[in-house]
Amino acid sequence: MRIRKTFDTKMAEGDLTAMIDMVFQLIIFFMVLINFSQDDQNDKIKLPSSELAKPPDAPLTFPIVLHVAPNAVIYMGTNVTSVETIAPLLRTEIQLLASRNQTPKDANIIIRGDQSTPGGIVQDLIKKCQELGFEKFALRVREEQNF
Amino acid sequence: MKFESKRGAEKAELQLTSMIDVIFLLLIFFVMTFKIAAQEGDFSVKMPIGGAGPSDSPNIPIKLRLRANEAGELADMIVNDSLSFGNDWTKLRAFILERTGGNAPPSPDEGPEVEIDLDYNLRYENVIRAVTAVTGQRQGDEVKRLVERIKFAPPRKP
Repeated sequence: MRIRKTFDTKMAEGDLTAMIDMVFQLIIFFMVLINFSQDDQNDKIKLPSSELAKPPDAPLTFPIVLHVAPNAVIYMGTNVTSVETIAPLLRTEIQLLASRNQTPKDANIIIRGDQSTPGGIVQDLIKKCQELGFEKFALRVREEQNF
Repeated sequence: MKFESKRGAEKAELQLTSMIDVIFLLLIFFVMTFKIAAQEGDFSVKMPIGGAGPSDSPNIPIKLRLRANEAGELADMIVNDSLSFGNDWTKLRAFILERTGGNAPPSPDEGPEVEIDLDYNLRYENVIRAVTAVTGQRQGDEVKRLVERIKFAPPRKP
């Protein structure tokens, strides 16, 4: 005996409008906030905090980011170096500056020092940069959380 | 005169499945790559090669000496070789406020200059605290600048 289907074969249709709206809102949120530039970040560095930390009003001209770890290791881009061996890397930057008709005086050295790094290491690094003609330094800190 | 629509009452159906698949993939990508980072700021230090002169240079109005203990923590702050503030940052800020009259320098290249002379092993966070205490103070959401010109004395090698 053949049994007939009693239910309707029409597909159940859910209203997807609200869900699509929400998902698009989420995508826009994440797209706006995403930051692909990883050159000024380093997970090994825990920056000291300051209540006066405010992001600069304008981007720094020709920034050179140096991460100073507690064990005196310096990360410059993908290079791992130290105060004693950083000069060739900085000279490469100077050549790049020269190709753009700029001098080391125009560049900004951004120092991202770990909070437990000996201050003398940072001083040594600044001195080494000064010897190569760099003048402008920015000590990077993170905003102090008061909650 | 009323025209009757000849079209059927059937709704036009869009195939949303593939679009939703792609949208969810994008959403997962953005969620996974999203990283919450604390806001960062800079303290600008302009130091030409001749700028970091000897600590006893007569042109430097405020000399801040930071002494560290063996663990690298701040042991004492001495201003102009005479005033000792221990490790009380509020006293240092009060001194700077008194010295500057609470007024911001007219331009970043003017106003009083502070030379920070620190022990080699002093933890960097203490250096930043000193720079913070000297540079200015926060009033609500505003930052009031007191000293723009900061430089470091030559390093004291152990």
